[in-house]
Amino acid sequence: MVDDILTMSGITKTFPGVKALEDVSLSVRRGEIHAICGENGAGKSTLMKVLSGVYPHGSYEGEIRFDGEPCRFAGIRDSEARGIVIIHQELALCPQLSIAENIFLGNEQAKRGVVDWNRTNHEAGRLLERVGLPANPVTPIADLGVGKQQLVEIAKALSKRVRLLILDEPTAALNDEDSAHLLDLIRGLRDEGITSVIISHKLNEVLAVADTISILRDGRMIETLDPSTGGVTEERIISGMVGRDLEHRYPPREPEIGSEVLRIEDWTVHSPSQPDRPVVSGANLRLRRGEIVGLAGLMGAGRTELAMSVFGRSYGTGASGRLYKDGKAIEARSVGAAIRHGLAYATEDRKRYGLNLIQNIKLNVASAGLSRLARLGWVHDHREYQVAEEYRTSMNIKAPDVLAVTGKLSGGNQQKVVLAKWIFTDPDVLILDEPTRGIDVGAKYEIYSIINRLAAEGKAILLISSELPELLGMCDRIYTMAAGRITGEVDRADATQERLMHHMTMDLTTNGANGADTANPSDTANPVDTITKEQAG
Amino acid sequence: MSDTATSANTAAAKSAAAGPRRPAPSPRLSFNLRQSGIYVAFALIVVLFSVLTGGDLLQPQNISNIIVQNSYILILAIGMILIIISGHIDLSVGSVVGVTGAIAAVLMVNHDIPWALALVLTLVAGAAIGAWQGYWTAYFGIPSFIVTLAGMLLFRALTLTVLGNQGIGPFPDSVRTLSNGFTGGYLGNVALGPLGGADLFSLLAAAASIAALAVTQWRTRQARRGYGQTVDPLPVFIGKIVAAGALIMAVTVQLARFHNLPWVLVLLAALVLGYSLLTGRTVFGRHIYAVGGNLQSAVLSGVKAKSVVFWLFVNMGVLSALAGVIFAGRLNQAGPTAGNAFELDAIAAAFIGGAAVQGGVGKVVGAITGGLIMAVINNGMSLIGAPSERVMLVKGLVLLAAVAFDIWTKRRSGAPLLR
Repeated sequence: MVDDILTMSGITKTFPGVKALEDVSLSVRRGEIHAICGENGAGKSTLMKVLSGVYPHGSYEGEIRFDGEPCRFAGIRDSEARGIVIIHQELALCPQLSIAENIFLGNEQAKRGVVDWNRTNHEAGRLLERVGLPANPVTPIADLGVGKQQLVEIAKALSKRVRLLILDEPTAALNDEDSAHLLDLIRGLRDEGITSVIISHKLNEVLAVADTISILRDGRMIETLDPSTGGVTEERIISGMVGRDLEHRYPPREPEIGSEVLRIEDWTVHSPSQPDRPVVSGANLRLRRGEIVGLAGLMGAGRTELAMSVFGRSYGTGASGRLYKDGKAIEARSVGAAIRHGLAYATEDRKRYGLNLIQNIKLNVASAGLSRLARLGWVHDHREYQVAEEYRTSMNIKAPDVLAVTGKLSGGNQQKVVLAKWIFTDPDVLILDEPTRGIDVGAKYEIYSIINRLAAEGKAILLISSELPELLGMCDRIYTMAAGRITGEVDRADATQERLMHHMTMDLTTNGANGADTANPSDTANPVDTITKEQAG
Repeated sequence: MSDTATSANTAAAKSAAAGPRRPAPSPRLSFNLRQSGIYVAFALIVVLFSVLTGGDLLQPQNISNIIVQNSYILILAIGMILIIISGHIDLSVGSVVGVTGAIAAVLMVNHDIPWALALVLTLVAGAAIGAWQGYWTAYFGIPSFIVTLAGMLLFRALTLTVLGNQGIGPFPDSVRTLSNGFTGGYLGNVALGPLGGADLFSLLAAAASIAALAVTQWRTRQARRGYGQTVDPLPVFIGKIVAAGALIMAVTVQLARFHNLPWVLVLLAALVLGYSLLTGRTVFGRHIYAVGGNLQSAVLSGVKAKSVVFWLFVNMGVLSALAGVIFAGRLNQAGPTAGNAFELDAIAAAFIGGAAVQGGVGKVVGAITGGLIMAVINNGMSLIGAPSERVMLVKGLVLLAAVAFDIWTKRRSGAPLLR
């Protein structure tokens, strides 16, 4: 008889316009380490958020049973009360507080409302011993490295009498030594009877630690593998993750590739918070007119950081390297200069970095190319209206008119506004960062058609995407990145998902000291947060 | 034109039918409610106090008083709304009014510098003060709340230092005329039947501005039609022009019956026109809204956000200096407490006038209307003999209600509250 600590059955979770999970079922045996694999956007994190109550009962369909009892969590507190603790990829610790204060945050060791510091620090010290972190409990979190912070998170989970520990990309930000220690710790917890669910892109680690591997793709549970039966290899997992069916989801296109328009040489960028840590190292890329070039990589590989630092140094510090536009060396030290040199960057996070959501379509479309509508500082507002109206029509932006506020548009239409804004600057090179993220299938096709049209006009497109089928369906050439380095360049004819995934995961361990030092997720998740400091002038 | 409207409607209907998750597009209605609610509120408050005061509110002399007594707050409100649109705040304007009034007094009274030159020097001093605060806010990255809170203390201290702890006056006649005076009766009076005599020059000036308004509005309308934009139907358009013209003429007739046009009203009109054009029609104006609406997006669109914020503070300093001179001229003395708490009135005017708490939204005309709402409440309540604590109570509630209304309409329209 199989003893399942957790069964999730028939879970369906819908966001406006997107089905994030469709009829997903998952069973986790008591005392195992269960890995969940899948591409970015496959639904892994969504599934875990459903489980932990971040998405409360009622916002999804399906049933969750924990220890055989049905669960209806209204929030994280409910799931934690049952012993389900999730540790997110972006660590949720307060950097100014001590280790002990963080461990017992929200669960203070207090008598009649007064914190008992002796007990707090003593208990914290015992928990730190359990996770193998020899540190003083009163040390501020900010003084710890990412690996040690991860251990503090686990100690915090242990303090809540965790029974099912969920770790979302726990080793993404860790070096090899810290990763190994963390995996040992998880094995040790298993021996103490704590069940773990691990979400990870690092397939070698998954194979090393997991008792069961479940694979999600496009919001569906594809299969569950048992590594102990043999025959389960990284290639086997990858083929499950990427699937094999490539339908006609991409509009046809006859590429007409011209001369080189942008060359990036030896590009290196450092993290804004840790100026001695490279996020992108020695990257070389070149783009030609009429060409759609893909940039593949897993989360934290440095794709957005590379693109934004090239685009007027809008990310990072200590950027070095050379840019050649049409064969001539250029400097683009500000966003304005980058725009003048014919570069455009459409962000991956349109709501935070791409649009002024409280303003209308017209002002957003004109915002990057305003100088084209102005003379001596005066905006020709009728022309502005006309331009915006032209884009609304030609790009099929669904809104009554261009005075509609962009915050109310659907994701696909917002994305079209972002594209229109950059197309209006008449760039030679368009960097499109996840242009179809969170968009439904119909709008995706429209976006693809627009991209093809731009390439046909002779513009060079750099398409950053986490969806490998999208890259394979759209691109003439694909670069892969891992740990801040370009790890491969594959022509359309030779490209397969397996091959790309191989390049995207390959050198996390083989590329020496720099390569192993992957990006800190708190930097990579929001690269623009620092721009107000670095670049706003 | 009705064709375009219908086709837009059918397109909207189609898209609504095609995409079931997108609510029927009625965003402009609620947005307009948010923008125009302030004018409706102003009209209601004027009517209310006209009734409560038995018509005294709208007497010629009282209208003139409202304008002259609040001119410096309205000037500050213009600068303040720009700062607030960009997502910042300036708590120091009251102290800057004090110190610039003091500087003007020292220059004009103690050193007998010609008033025009002294005025220019004072405005430059205001610009320097603004540059100081703009530097710390925009380039050094200290929140404007802190920078200007410090400025509030610094410039009050400077006021006391410059004045040597005592008032300086009297000011030259020209400055007093700017603050308190009226345009001359250049063309004599005309009889307006039962209303009695009125200054012809004022009436002609009003008629000319109404004509200018009508012509520019008409040309804008024609141009918009030429570019295929939807415009108000002709009767609505004419109705709006007639209503605006009637309002201007009514106010002017009352003023012309009293003492002609106050010079500060002429100055205010020019400032409102100029700054409305700046915010609505220039690249710099677009950048103010972009920075306040979404800073990161603006920066990634090539807007030099730091420079925009810096120059807004410089501008605030200049306008504060102008208000400082006018206030000192009005009292005929620069005093150590001049400008106390003016920043609160200016900020309240901006928020009552429709500025969004998070920035990115607001209009110069809205801030002026917000300032006038407070002015009418002040004036009307004092006319009916309400004690000052009750005036404060009402003003506080009006401010709270205005911002609550702003947040409520935003929440209802589903726009994100947090950036």
